[in-house]
Order: sequence, then C-alpha cells, then structure tokens
Amino acid sequence: MAHHEHAAEHAHHDEKPAGIMRWLTTTNHKDIGTMYLVFSLAMFLIGGLMALVIRAELFQPGLQFVDPGFFNQMTTMHALVMVFGAVMPATVGLANWMIPMQIGAPDMALPRMNLFSFWLLFFAFMLLLSTLFLPGGAPAAGWTLYPPLVLQTGDAFPVAVFAVHLMGASSIMGSINVIVTIMNMRAPGMTLLKMPLFSWSWLITAYLLIAVMPVLAGGVTMLLTDHFFATSFFNPAGGGDPVLFQHIFWFFGHPEVYIMILPAFGIVSEIVQTFSRKPIFGYEAMVYAIASIAFLSFIVWAHHMFTVGMPLAGQMFFTLSTMLIAIPTGVKVFNWTATLWRGSISFEPPMLFAIAFLFLFTIGGFSGLMLAIAPADFQYHDTYFVVAHFHYVLVPGAVFAIMAAVYYWLPKWTGHMYDMKLANIHFWMSTIFVNVLFFPQHFLGLAGMPRRIPDYATQFSDWNMVSSIGAFGFGLSQLLFVYIILKAAKGGAKATAGVWEHPADFPAGLEWTVPSPAPYHTFETAPEVK
Amino acid sequence: MANSKKLLAGTTGAIVAAASLPARADWSLLNMPVGVSELSREIYGMHMLILWICVVIAIFTFGAMIYAMVKFRKSKGAVADMSMLHNTKLEIAWTIVPVFILVGMAIPSVDKLIKIEDTTGSELTIKVTGYQWFWEYEYLGTGVSFYSRLDEASNEARQLDSGLDPEAVDHYLRNVDNPMVVPTGTKIRLLLTANDVNHAWWVPDFGMKRDAIPGFINEMWISVDADKPGTYRGQCAELCGRDHGFMPIVVVAKPRAEFDAWLAGEQVKAQQASTGAATTVRVETTDGGESVRLAKAE
Ligand code: HEM
Ligand SMILES: [Cu+2]
Ligand SMILES: [Cu+2]
Repeated sequence: MAHHEHAAEHAHHDEKPAGIMRWLTTTNHKDIGTMYLVFSLAMFLIGGLMALVIRAELFQPGLQFVDPGFFNQMTTMHALVMVFGAVMPATVGLANWMIPMQIGAPDMALPRMNLFSFWLLFFAFMLLLSTLFLPGGAPAAGWTLYPPLVLQTGDAFPVAVFAVHLMGASSIMGSINVIVTIMNMRAPGMTLLKMPLFSWSWLITAYLLIAVMPVLAGGVTMLLTDHFFATSFFNPAGGGDPVLFQHIFWFFGHPEVYIMILPAFGIVSEIVQTFSRKPIFGYEAMVYAIASIAFLSFIVWAHHMFTVGMPLAGQMFFTLSTMLIAIPTGVKVFNWTATLWRGSISFEPPMLFAIAFLFLFTIGGFSGLMLAIAPADFQYHDTYFVVAHFHYVLVPGAVFAIMAAVYYWLPKWTGHMYDMKLANIHFWMSTIFVNVLFFPQHFLGLAGMPRRIPDYATQFSDWNMVSSIGAFGFGLSQLLFVYIILKAAKGGAKATAGVWEHPADFPAGLEWTVPSPAPYHTFETAPEVK
Repeated sequence: MANSKKLLAGTTGAIVAAASLPARADWSLLNMPVGVSELSREIYGMHMLILWICVVIAIFTFGAMIYAMVKFRKSKGAVADMSMLHNTKLEIAWTIVPVFILVGMAIPSVDKLIKIEDTTGSELTIKVTGYQWFWEYEYLGTGVSFYSRLDEASNEARQLDSGLDPEAVDHYLRNVDNPMVVPTGTKIRLLLTANDVNHAWWVPDFGMKRDAIPGFINEMWISVDADKPGTYRGQCAELCGRDHGFMPIVVVAKPRAEFDAWLAGEQVKAQQASTGAATTVRVETTDGGESVRLAKAE
C-alpha cells in the first residue's frame, strides 16, 4: 500500500469495500471528488461529440449529415450536457477534493449527503441522455428552454424537466455541503481571510447556487403545469406571458454563468501565484471582487433579453448594471497581472493554461462588454458573435481553468508527476485550435449569421469551414488529455508533498502539507495554522 | 527533380488556394454592415467606438502581461519581489478609471436607445407576423397583406442530401417568394407579433432586430435612406423550431413613387381577389349546416 504507515495507524479507517461497492457506498470526499471528476470528463467527451456533429454539419452550406430537427436537439443537448454535466460537476469534484484539504478539515461536513448528491446527478444525466431515444427526440428548444417552443417537445419534455429538478437538488445539496464545511470545519487559525482563493470562490459560488437553482426549478415546473395541467403562466391565449419565462430563466441564467466562472477565478489565482512564486496581489481585493461580481450577477439578467421589447428604462438599467460587472472583473484581471509583475515566473502546464485563461477569458470579457450596450446588442443578439463571446469565457475560460486545476493537483491526487512533454503538447494544440474554432465566429456573427441554424447563406462558408477545422482539432487534442491523466493514474515519477515551488505561505492551502498522493484520510486531528 | 517540381506545383496550388480565401473574405464578411439607415449607421458607430475602446484597453493589459512574462522569468534569473503584495492606491485607481471609461460608453448608448425606441411620426405601418416557418406582412389600412416564404430554388437545395450545390443557387437561403416592399426615405413602423412560437425579425442593414412574440405586439421602426433603394436580406433570429434556419426576410426598398405604384397595384389585386371572389364563391352547406366559403379567385 502506498501509504502503509498511515494505514497501519488507522487501520479501521482505511477499510473500504473493494470494487464497485467502494464507489457506491463511499462517503470519502476524495472518492466522491474523483467520481465527480470522472463523470465530468465523460460528459465533456459526450458533449464534445455532439459539438462535432454540429460543426460537421456546418462545415459546408447545405445539409449533409443531419435533419434540422436533430440539429436542434444537438445544440440543446450539447449546451445542457456541457453546462450541467461537464463544467459544474468538474468544479464540484475539485471542491470535494480540495476544500477539506485546503482548509484542514477531515472530510466534507455532510458526507452521506455528498454521496447522495453525486448519484442524483448521475441519475439525472441518465434521464436527460435517455431523451435522445424517446419518441420526438431530445429537447430541441435550446438550453434556454423558451416557451412556447419548448412546449412542442415530444415525450422528452417531462423527463427533461425532472432531470433539471434532480440536477438542481443535487447542486443545492452540494452547495450546502460546501458552505457548512467552510463555515464550521476550518482548522484553528484558518480564518476566512487566510483561506485559499479557490475555497473562497467556492464559498461564494455555493451561495449563488442556493439562490438560483430553486428559481430554475420553479420556472421549469411552471412549464410543466402549463403543458400538463392547463395553467397559463406562459401561454398568451390564457393570459400568460412567454417573456415571463425568459425573466425567470435569466434570473437563474446569469448567476449560473458566474457559477461556472467563479471557481475558475479561484483556480487561476492559486496557479498564478504559485508559478510567479509570489503571493496573489491584492488578496482582499480579489475576495471583494468575487463577492461584488456575485452580487451584481443578480441584477443584470435582462441583458440577455434586450430584443424582447423592454421599456426604455429597463434597457438603460440593464445596460448600466451589466457594464458595472465589468469593473470587478477588470479588478481581477489587473490583480493577476500585478501578481505576475516582478514575480519569478515559470511555465509548467498549469501555468500555461492559466496564462491562456488570462488572455482568452479577457477577450470574452471584452465581447461581453460590447454585448452589454443595448443598441449594439440589437445587432449582436442571437448571432454567432454571442456564440463566440460565451465560448471564449467558457472554453478557454472555465474549461481551461479546470484543465489547469487538473494539471496543478493531479500529482497530489495520484502521487505521480504526469508527462510534462505531452501536457505541453496538449496545451499548445488546445490553445491554437480553440482560437481557430471560436475567433472566426466573431466575424460570422458581425456579418449577420444567426446562431442555432443548421445551414447558412453561402457568404458564411469560409469562416464556418475554418471554425469546423478548429473544432475537430480541438476535439482530437482532448484525447491526449485523457491519455495523460490515465498515464499519470497508472504511474510516473513520484511527486513530493509540495509538488511545485510555492511562494511564502500566505495564503496557501494546506493541501501542500500532506504527502502526495494525499492519504485516504487527511487532517483527522486538525492542523494549527499560524 | 520531377518530384521537386510536383512539390513546387503542389505548394503553389496550396498558396493560390489559401490566397483566394482572404480575397473572398472581404471586409463585409468580418465586420458589422454600416447599413442603409440613420439608425444602422449610429449603431455601427457605437459598435466601432466600443470595439476600439476594447482594443486600446486590450493593448494595455495584454501588453503588461506579455512584458511581465518576458521580463520576470525565473529562467532569466528573476527573483520574486515579496514586497509587492498589495497597493490600495493602485486598487482604487483601477476601479475608478474603468468607471469613467464605462460612463463614456454608456452616455452615447442611452442617446441611441431613446432614438431607437421613438416610433412616433411614422408614415406607414406594417404588421409583421412570424409563423413556423414563414412571415406575413400586412400593410395596415391598405388591405394589402401576403405571406413570404423561402424561395423554391433554395428550398430544393436545402433538403438533406439534395445533391444540389448551394453555391449555384441565387441568394441561397436568403431569398423569398414575396419580398416585403417598402418606400425609401420614409419612417416605417413595424408591429411585430407571432402566431405560434417566438421569432425575431432582423435585417442587419437596418441595424435592428426585435422579437415577434405570440400574444404580444412589439414595435420598431426602420427607414431606408432615400438614395439607397435596393434589396436587403436577413432572416429569423430567434430559434423557432425545425426550420428556424429557413425563414429568410427580404426587403425591397423602392423610391416613394415606385412604392406607391406597387402598393396601388397590390390593392387592386387584393380588391379583385375579394370582389372577384364574391362572384365565384359558392356557398355550400355542409352536413352540419355550416357554411363554407370556397374562395376561387382568378
Ligand atoms: C465582463 C463580463 C461579462 C459581460 C459584460 C457579459 C455580457 C453578456 C451579454 C450582454 C450577453 C447577452 C448577449 C445576447 O444574447 O445578445 C451574454 C451572453 C452570454 N454570456 Fe456573458 N458576459 C460576461 C461574462 C460572461 C462569463 C464569465 C460567462 C460564463 C463563464 C458568460 C457566459 C455567457 C453565456 C453562456 C451567454 C449566452 C447565453 C445564451 O444566450 O445562450 N458571460 N453575456
Ligand atoms: Cu448574462
Ligand atoms: Cu426562427
């Protein structure tokens, strides 16, 4: 056994059922974290395949591969799988693994609920994916589920709604766990303002989740009763209003995009300080920036709806509030830059991904700022420009940060260094192809190509072709990622406890004080933080 | 020798092919159209203003990041400066300066919004209704109304595995059987609604898009410059189901006199259709005693 001495001391603790039973019954935060991460990787690949179906169809004008109805199922399912199946569970997996270890807690506060929330999520996704095989196919009204269109969904409709309910319940339980763990189980001396930024970002994310998942659940329940019980929340024939759903959805949806990016902010902060060998610049400002972004994210939702015909005052308000959000976002970017400044920088794979994040996420921030300006958004809205925007913040933003986190903590999880050379290749391929894939979409959108269409006018051919080439390149590069992880799980050079050279210890997490791989149980007696 | 010649030919071919790509990719395929109306020009100006502001900010931030990464590299012996951990003045500065930049962007946008929302003083009102998957245009108060669908040539070519080359189709997916016709130099109010699900009416050259929502009526206005008659194309911009990608919008802008002539002609046609219909309508009584009108105009 790798951690033999430890196991001898606490033999009763390390007992775990072998094989599948271990995973079905475990309440260990590391096991559950692993399950979340593996689940997320699987969903990333499935969602990626759907994206490749989309990009294959869009490679040329004309319909070559799929029926337009199926194309709409693909865009809808791709987004739902990526948002709820890949990005969110990945950050939950990281939270499970890292929060207890960063703050010196022995486990998550509510381990059984932890396991329950994983299996709920798993079940929810089996349901959601099964809709592809139901009569009428999967939901095809876009991940935004706007009525009246979504009410034309076939048998998949109640199944998808139920799946969303389960995912929401799972997220809420996960969030309660994070909050209770952080509030109650920090090691003595680990004050809130000493906490590593990854844990901080998750604390705030958890509050966002608890606040907005019930709103989404309420919205889809109203859809359900409109469909089956003759209510008219969104049905104009009965006095309802389809736009009401959009308000409900985006009251959830905009905080949701920050739910995906705040943990990424935390990850990038930790990596930038490690590989600049200099503690994060403006630690407190970083915490306040995250908190103000979280607050502002509740008052900007209607910037997704400028074209629905809002009153003038509403358009002005949402333009201004959205622009406000750029300020704390800017503060974060400036603080990261200042952390690099007069540091001692090296470029290991986690840092490479973090640096790509700094540049490419910021590009997404710029396009976000442009979209915030209502009069200009009348042109941008629902075009490929929006597609480019949110993919820049989500792929080289959230997803790159998650990859950076994997490269940062993988040695801590497995006890092995991974193949740095391959990881570098993975980085360069991903970064080049992600730009080939998404940058031309800015041009397509500005030139007038709407989003969510399976076929297009011929003036859009060239850039679509370029974008599709980028997509296949990016997709293939990710096989390398899977290979690197599997290889490191099997073996490799032994990692030290610290793994990387860390700056003087403020505000570093306690994960670096335990051996690599981290023993099955860590911090059974609380460490003292000075 | 022969091989290297082949290689040379191949490479030249590749370069020519690559060069022809940017040749086709003219500016209009990279940026927003300036458009043909006062609003579209203002929106374009707004777009370029914020784009350039973003470019300038990007040069500064990316410049600083690149400089830091080049200058403060461990491999070049850089040692971390542990005194540089926070700086309140700096934090305040990079919070306040963006506020001013943003206010600078917000003020002109408020101004534009007010103009965009002001639909008063229009001379013509057209009601636009979205259906799955075509449009209806109704020239209010004139009795003229018609449907507008994807044209036949595009429709054939767009079928799965049609074997037809979209490049060979005139304005593939951007052509309709009956285009909307408007007068130039005239403020036109559009009333937008839908019959089934949400749609959105968008012609980039007019600068605006707006949702067409069942049960509700949205307003917007367009005005084509007097000196820019022509054909302008767009398409539905809100996902509306299976054939969302196949409900184009074509607007033919004609000088006022030509438009009036067109409208008069359409009115005559509409009248003939109804009066003509009156003469050929047979009122049939069905089993249920309900009368069914079988209109047979022509
Ligand atoms: C500076 C910060 C940001 C600003 C000002 C901003 C602004 C906007 C605006 C105005 C839209 C609506 C555009 C339209 O539909 O016409 C939008 C769309 C979107 N944004 Fe952002 N954004 C920012 C950051 C982010 C981040 C961090 C994420 C996620 C990680 C994100 C994800 C999205 C998504 C997913 C959509 C499209 C949703 C949909 O219609 O399906 N944005 N953004
Ligand atoms: Cu938003
Ligand atoms: Cu549509």
